[in-house]
Amino acid sequence: MLNVSGNFPEYAVPGAKQVRFEPYADNGGSVVAIAGDDYAVIGADTRLSTGFSIYTREQKKLFKLSERTVLGATGCWCDTLTLTRLLQARMQMYEHDHNKSMSTPAVAQMLSTMLYYKRFFPYYVSNVLAGLDADGKGCVYSYDPIGHCERSNYRAGGSAGAQLQPLLDNQIGLKNMQNVTEVPLPREKALALLKDVFISAAERDIYTGDCIYILIITANGIQEEKFELRKD
Amino acid sequence: MAFMGDTMNPAPLWHNGPTPGAFYNFPGNSSTYGPGSHPASDFKAHSASPITTTTTVIGLKFDKGVVIAADTLGSYGSLARFRDCPRVMKVNDLILLGNGGDYADFQYLKDIIEQKIIDEKCIGDGLQLKPRSLHCWLTRVLYNKRSKMDPLWSNYVVAGIQDGEPFLGAVDKLGTAYEDAAIATGLGAYMATPLLREAVDKGGLDEQGAKALVQKCLEVLYYRDARAFQRYQLGVVTADGVTVEDLAEITPRWELAHMIHMK
Amino acid sequence: MFRNQYDSDVTVWSPQGRLHQVEYAMEAVKLGSATIGLKNKQFAVLIALKRAVSELSAYQKKIIPIDEHIGISISGLTADARMLSRFMRTECLNHKYAHDAPMPVGRLIGLVGNKMQICTQRYDKRPLGVGLLVAGYDDQGPHIYQTCPSANYFDCRAMAIGARSQSARTYLEKHLNTFMDCDLQELVAHGLRALRDTLPNEVDLNTKNVSIAIVGPKTPLRICDEAELSRFLALVEGEERRGGGASATGDAGAGPERDAPGDERDPQPAVAMDTE
Repeated sequence: MLNVSGNFPEYAVPGAKQVRFEPYADNGGSVVAIAGDDYAVIGADTRLSTGFSIYTREQKKLFKLSERTVLGATGCWCDTLTLTRLLQARMQMYEHDHNKSMSTPAVAQMLSTMLYYKRFFPYYVSNVLAGLDADGKGCVYSYDPIGHCERSNYRAGGSAGAQLQPLLDNQIGLKNMQNVTEVPLPREKALALLKDVFISAAERDIYTGDCIYILIITANGIQEEKFELRKD
Repeated sequence: MAFMGDTMNPAPLWHNGPTPGAFYNFPGNSSTYGPGSHPASDFKAHSASPITTTTTVIGLKFDKGVVIAADTLGSYGSLARFRDCPRVMKVNDLILLGNGGDYADFQYLKDIIEQKIIDEKCIGDGLQLKPRSLHCWLTRVLYNKRSKMDPLWSNYVVAGIQDGEPFLGAVDKLGTAYEDAAIATGLGAYMATPLLREAVDKGGLDEQGAKALVQKCLEVLYYRDARAFQRYQLGVVTADGVTVEDLAEITPRWELAHMIHMK
Repeated sequence: MFRNQYDSDVTVWSPQGRLHQVEYAMEAVKLGSATIGLKNKQFAVLIALKRAVSELSAYQKKIIPIDEHIGISISGLTADARMLSRFMRTECLNHKYAHDAPMPVGRLIGLVGNKMQICTQRYDKRPLGVGLLVAGYDDQGPHIYQTCPSANYFDCRAMAIGARSQSARTYLEKHLNTFMDCDLQELVAHGLRALRDTLPNEVDLNTKNVSIAIVGPKTPLRICDEAELSRFLALVEGEERRGGGASATGDAGAGPERDAPGDERDPQPAVAMDTE
C-alpha cells in the first residue's frame, strides 16, 4: 500500500491515525415480509444509522419495482442504492422489450443473477422481495448477499432478522407446536403481527426503530401505511 | 494459480535499495529500519487515506430554504496548517454545496462540478441542474470511486431548491446518500445533530433562526472539536437564489473555561 | 438509378452545394405512412396511421415509447427507427440512473441529432432513412420535435410527416393558433382530422389503423388502448370530410429546408468540374 508512513515517512505526522479504507458500511435496518393467499405485506423500519449515530429517521427502504412487486433492502446503504437503481433500470428495459411488466418470480430470479454477478465484491445487502406471483398468490423471496434465493411465505431480514425469524416461525410457520392446524393467515392478522415483531425488534436492536413503512400488495394495487416505533 | 507464478505480484526488481520509483528515504529516518522493501505491486494500490482534512459541515432546512455552514480550517493531521479553505460552494442558482473531509478531493470534484455547470450553460436551453440530480450524481461518482477502492475521501452536503421546495441531502465517501431536515458530518454528527434535531422537531424555523442555530453549533464545535476553527463560511439558498456570505468569525468566550473542572 | 453524377456517395458534394445521398434519404421518410404530432399548453400528442403490409400481416407499430415522458412516432425505415429508439431509451435510462430525473426532451433530441449527423459525413455509413416525431413532457412543458435523415431537427408546435402528409400540414397550419388554448379532447380531434386529410377517399380512420399516444403533466406516456381510441374517434366521426384527401398531391415535401423556391429536384450542373 502506498501510504504516508511507509512511503513518505518524512511527511508522516506523529499521532495522526492511519485510516484503512473500508468499502462497506453497516447502516442497519430490518425488513419483514409476509405472504398470504391473495396479498403480501412487507415492512421496513425507517432508521438509517452508522455505529452509534443516526443518519436519518425517515429513510424508506422499500422499493416499488412494479404494480405487484416490492423489494425491501437493508445493510450497506450505498450498495442498496446502487442495486435498486440498477434494478429499476432493468425493470424498464424488460417492459420496453416485452411490452409488459416483469412478474415477481422473474424479478426474483433476475435479482439473484444480479447479486451473483458481484460474487467477488458483493452488494452487502439483505434483500427481501415480496409480491404477487403469476397466479395472484402472495410470495416472498429472500436472499443472501451473493445471490442465493429462496421462496417462502414469511421472512425477516436485516439487522434484527435473526431475532425476528424464530418469532415468525412460531407465529406463522407454527413450528415446534403440537396439535395445531394450519389455517390461511388473514391480512389483518399478518399486518398486526408485522407491527408486533417490529415493536420487539426496536426494543432489542439499536439499528431498528423510529418508524415502520409498510406496503400491502394486493391485486388492486399497493397500499401504504406508517407505524411509529420508539425513537431512542 | 501457483504453478503460473504470481503474475499479479511479480518479485521486486532488486533488493537492498530504494524500491524503483519510490521516494528516497532520508538516512537515519525510522523508516530505514522498518519494513523497507515495498513490492512493486504496492504502486498499483491506490492511496487510501486523507491528507489535508476539513471537519464538520452543517446543513439545516428552514421554512423557505436551507442554510449550510462550515469553518475554513484545513488540518494536516493535528497541525492546523491551512487557515483559508472555503468549502461552501455555490453550484448554480438552485444549489449550494458543502464539503468536509480531504480538501484536495473536494477541489478535484469542485472543478468537475463547475465544468458540468458551464457545459450546461453552453447548451443554453435554460434548464438548470437541480439539487436532487446533483445529489444522485455525487452518489454515483463517490460510489464508483469506492468500488475501485480509490475513494474520494469526503462528505458532501447538497442544499437547494427542488421544484420550489427546500432540499437537503448528504453523501459520504462510500456513496451512502440520504436526505434529512438537519445534517451534520464529521464530529458535528455527534455534537451538532442533537441541537439541530431538537430545533427541527420543535418546528417553525425561519431564516434568522436557522442561521443563529447553525452559528451556535459552529461555536460549540469550536470549543470541543480540536480540528475546528473560528473563521467560517455560511451560505443560504432560498427560492430567490444562492448567497454565500463573507467569511465570519466566532467570538469565543473562554471565560466559560473555568466552569470545566479537570479532576 | 442515378439522377446525376454527384450522388454516388454521401460524402460527395454537388456543385450546387447539395448532398444528394442525404436528400434521397429524406425521400425515405415519405414512404412511411403519415404521422402527426401536436401540442397544447399541457399535453403533447402523437397520432399515427398504421399500415398492414398485407392482408395476412398485423398493422405495423408506429409509436414507440422511449421513457415515461417521451414517445416517438416514426415514418420511413422501421429498422432504422428501432435502432434510434434503442439509443434514445438507453440515453434516457442512463440519465435517470445518474441524475434521478427524467431526461430533458431537448437534450435527448440534441444527442439524436449528433448521432444522425455522423452518418451524413462518413463514406462508410449511410444516413438513417427515418423521420421521427418526438413528443415529450419536461419542466419546460410539452414538446414536439421533428427529426430528419439529414440530421436536422426542429422544435415544432405541430408537425406531420410521412406519405401524403402535406394535406395534414395544411390542416395544422390553418388551425395552428387554436391548438395552444384547446383542451386535450379537442387537440386529439384536430390531430385526427389532420390525419384523415391524408387518407384516400375510400379509406377512413378506425381503431385498427390509428395509434394515439399522449404525454403531459402527471400523465406518463400512454399509448391509447382500443376503448380510448374509439372514444377519440367518435369525436370526429360523421364529420364532413374536407377535400384534403382527394386534392393531396401525394408525397409533398417534408421538412422546412425543402421549401426552397422552385423545383430543383434534378440539378443539372452547368460545369461538371472546374479543374485546371
